Amino acid sequence: MAQGWLQIALFFVVLVALTKPIGLYMARVFTNRRVFLTPVLGPIERFTYRALRVRPEEGQDWKGYARSLIVFSLLFWVSLYLILRTQSLQPFNPQGFHSAPWDVSFNTTSSFVTNTNWQYYGGETTMTYFSQMAGLAVQNFVSAAVGIAVVVALIRGIVARSGKEIGNFWQDLTRTLLYILLPISILGALFLVSQGVIQNLGGSQVIHTLGGGQQILAGGPVASQEAIKELGTNGGGFFNVNSAYPFENPSGLTNFFELLLILVIPAGLTYTYGRMVGSQRQGWAIFSAMFALFVVGVAVVYMAEQHGSPAQHAAGLHTHAFGGSTGGNMVGKEQRFGIADSSLWTAVTTVTSCGAVNAAFESLTGIGGAVPFTNLGFGEVVFGGVGAGLYSMLLYVLLAVFIGGLMVGRTPEYLGKKIGAREIKLVSLGVLFTPLTVLVSAGVASAAPAAKRSIYAGVNPSGFSETLYAYLSQANNNGSAWAGYTGFVQAHAPGNVGAYGLTFTDLLGGIVLIGARFAPILFVLAVAGALAGKKVSPPGLGTMRTDNPTFVFLLVGIVILVGALTFFPAILLGPVANGLSGRLF
Amino acid sequence: MPGLRRDLLTAVTAIVLMTLALGLAYPLAITGIAQVVFPGQANGSKVSFDGKVVGSKLIGQEFKGKAYFHPRPSATGYSADVTFFGNAGPNSAELRDVIRANLAAYVRLNKPYDQALTREQVPVDAVTESASGVDPHISEANARIQAHRVAAVRGLSLDEVESLISDHTDGRSLGVFGEPGVNVLRLNVAIEERAPLR
Repeated sequence: MAQGWLQIALFFVVLVALTKPIGLYMARVFTNRRVFLTPVLGPIERFTYRALRVRPEEGQDWKGYARSLIVFSLLFWVSLYLILRTQSLQPFNPQGFHSAPWDVSFNTTSSFVTNTNWQYYGGETTMTYFSQMAGLAVQNFVSAAVGIAVVVALIRGIVARSGKEIGNFWQDLTRTLLYILLPISILGALFLVSQGVIQNLGGSQVIHTLGGGQQILAGGPVASQEAIKELGTNGGGFFNVNSAYPFENPSGLTNFFELLLILVIPAGLTYTYGRMVGSQRQGWAIFSAMFALFVVGVAVVYMAEQHGSPAQHAAGLHTHAFGGSTGGNMVGKEQRFGIADSSLWTAVTTVTSCGAVNAAFESLTGIGGAVPFTNLGFGEVVFGGVGAGLYSMLLYVLLAVFIGGLMVGRTPEYLGKKIGAREIKLVSLGVLFTPLTVLVSAGVASAAPAAKRSIYAGVNPSGFSETLYAYLSQANNNGSAWAGYTGFVQAHAPGNVGAYGLTFTDLLGGIVLIGARFAPILFVLAVAGALAGKKVSPPGLGTMRTDNPTFVFLLVGIVILVGALTFFPAILLGPVANGLSGRLF
Repeated sequence: MPGLRRDLLTAVTAIVLMTLALGLAYPLAITGIAQVVFPGQANGSKVSFDGKVVGSKLIGQEFKGKAYFHPRPSATGYSADVTFFGNAGPNSAELRDVIRANLAAYVRLNKPYDQALTREQVPVDAVTESASGVDPHISEANARIQAHRVAAVRGLSLDEVESLISDHTDGRSLGVFGEPGVNVLRLNVAIEERAPLR
C-alpha cells in the first residue's frame, strides 16, 4: 500500500501548491484587475459587454443580481431542452440518433443547468455530438460560472463597507468564463488528447478484432468536453461509464491530471476568499477545515477497498496484494488505476460536486461506499462544487460564528459585521434546505411503488443505497450514482437505446435538482445583500477569532454535527449495513 | 418592469453567444488542432496487425482459446460502443457465484500448463469484472500465470513470452501514477507476430 499512499500524498502536495497561485489569479479576475491574459482577452470582453448591452461598472443589489441569474438560467434551461428534443434535425449526428423521451430530457436538462450532471441516459448511445458540444458542454461551462459568480457576490457582500451592491452578474459571468474556465479548458483538452483521449467527429468504426470477432470503436469530441466536465465539477460523462472508459481517462497520468482539474478551482477559491476579505488566514482556516475532512475520507475508502469485499472472500478469492497484483476489491475498477487511484478519485469527486466516476460506486465495499454518502451528507462543503462549495461552507462559517457567540455569550460577528436574526434565519434556511429535500425525496421514492422499478439490487442494503444516493446526489448537485438506479441500456428499446428512466423518477429528480440548486442560491444572495448593508466595527477584546485552529475545530464539528444528525440513520441502513454484517444478499 | 425586460434581452443574447463560442467554436477548434497535432491519439490510438486495424490499444477486446492472453472479465461482453457498469454490490450472493465460477474456470484453463497454480495465487483482476468492461490491461501477476499456457500452445519458450510481457507492460505514468498493467491486445499482436497460429 506504500506506493498508493505515496500517490495520494503527492496529489495533496500538488493541490496545496496550486492553491495560492490559482487563488491569487482568480482574486485579480474578480476584482476586475489586469491579468496576463488581458491583452488577448480584453477586446473580447469589451465586445461581449457591448453585445449584451450591459455596463459592467453598474453594480446590482442582491435582488437585481438574483433576477439576472434566474432569468439567464431559466432561458438557458429552455434552450437546452429544445436542443435535446430536436436531435433528429441536428448536424454532427453520425449515428442518426433520435431524441430521448421528454421525461428523460426534462431530467437531463435540469441536471446540466444545475451543474449536477446526473444522467438517466448513456451518453454514447443517446446524445448526438451536437447535443454533447452545443448543449451539454455549454452548460458545463455556464453552470460552473454561475456557481462561481454567486460565491463572488457573497464575498463582496461580506467585505462591502456600506451600501447595497454586490457586483454585476453579467460581468462576473463573462470574466469567469473568459479568464478562468475557457483558457484552462483549452490547455487541458489539448493535454488530454496528447495522452490518448479522443477528439474527432467521424462517428464509430467497425473493427475486426485479432481474435476474429467484431468491435465497434466509438468516436466523438471527447477531450474538449472532458476538460470542462472536470474543471467545472460537472461530471457528466461523454460515455456511460464516464471516466472509467479509457477514451475519457486513458492512464494514471490523465487520472491525476483530471483530479487536479476537479479540485483546483474549489481549493483555489479559499485563497481567493482570503485575499478578497483582506486576511489570508481566514482563507486558510476554511481550507484547513475542508482539507481535514477530505483527508479522512480518502484514507477510509482506500483502506476499505484494499481489504476487499465479502462477496470476493466468500468466493474463495484471496484479496491480499502481492508482487504484480494490487489485491483488494477490483470489482468495477480498472487495472491502470488500481485501488489507490480509484479510492482517491471516489473521495475527490464526492467532496467536490463533480460526480464523475472512474470506478463503479455500487461495487464499492460497504465502508468504502459509506464515504461518498458521508461526503454528500455534509452538503458538498468540503471543497464542493466550483463556487457552490465555498458559498455553502460560508453559510456553515456564519452558523459556527453564531453558535460560538452563543457559547461565549457575545453578539456574534464575522469580519467586523454583526450577525443578526435575519442573517441567521437565512443561513439556517440555506443550510437545511438541501438535507430536507434529500430526506423527503428519498423517502417518497422509497415508499412510492412507481419508483421501485428503478432499483436494480433488490430489497437489501444495496437497493436502499441506490435510492438514497440518487436523491443525495441530485439534491447536492453532485451527479454520481449507485448506478443500478440509472438503469442499463435496453437493448431492444425502440428509437433510442440509451435513454432510460421512469417518468416518476425523472420528474421527481428534475424537481429536486432545480429546487436544491436555486433555493440555496437565493438564500446565499439574500445573505450577501443583508451583510453588504452592515457597518464594519473594529474587532474588540470579546471578538471571537475565526482564523485560528479553535475555530477550524468548531467549524469541522458543526459540519459533522449537521451532516451526521441528518443522515446517520439513513446511511446506517445502506452501505454501513453491508460493511458491518458481511452477509450476502 | 424595465429591468426584467433588459435581463431577458441580455440573457437571450448571452445564450446565443455562449452556445456559438463554447459549444461550437471551442470544441471544433480543439478538434482541428487535435487532428493536426495528435491525429493518432485523437482518432483512438489504433493498433494494426498485418496492415489491418485490429483494435485500439486503449480498448480491451475479447480473446478466447488457449493461444491468447485473456483480458479481465467484462460485464458488457467487451462492448466498446454501448457501455455500462456491472453494478454488483459488495455483499451480492450473485457476485460471489460469478467470482467463484471465474476462479474455477481460470484455474482449470491455466493449471495444465502451470502445475503449481493454486487458487490462492490467482490475482483479483483475473476474475473480477472491470469498470469500463473494456479494461485494456491485466496485472503482471495475471500475465505471468497465463504465460505458461501461451508459451506451451505457441511453442515458445517461457522466457521469450515473459520478455514480450515486459515489453508490453505499461508502467506507472512518470513512474508514480496509477498501476502497471500488461496491454493484452498489444501483447497478443506481438505473440501472433512471433509465433503465428497457422
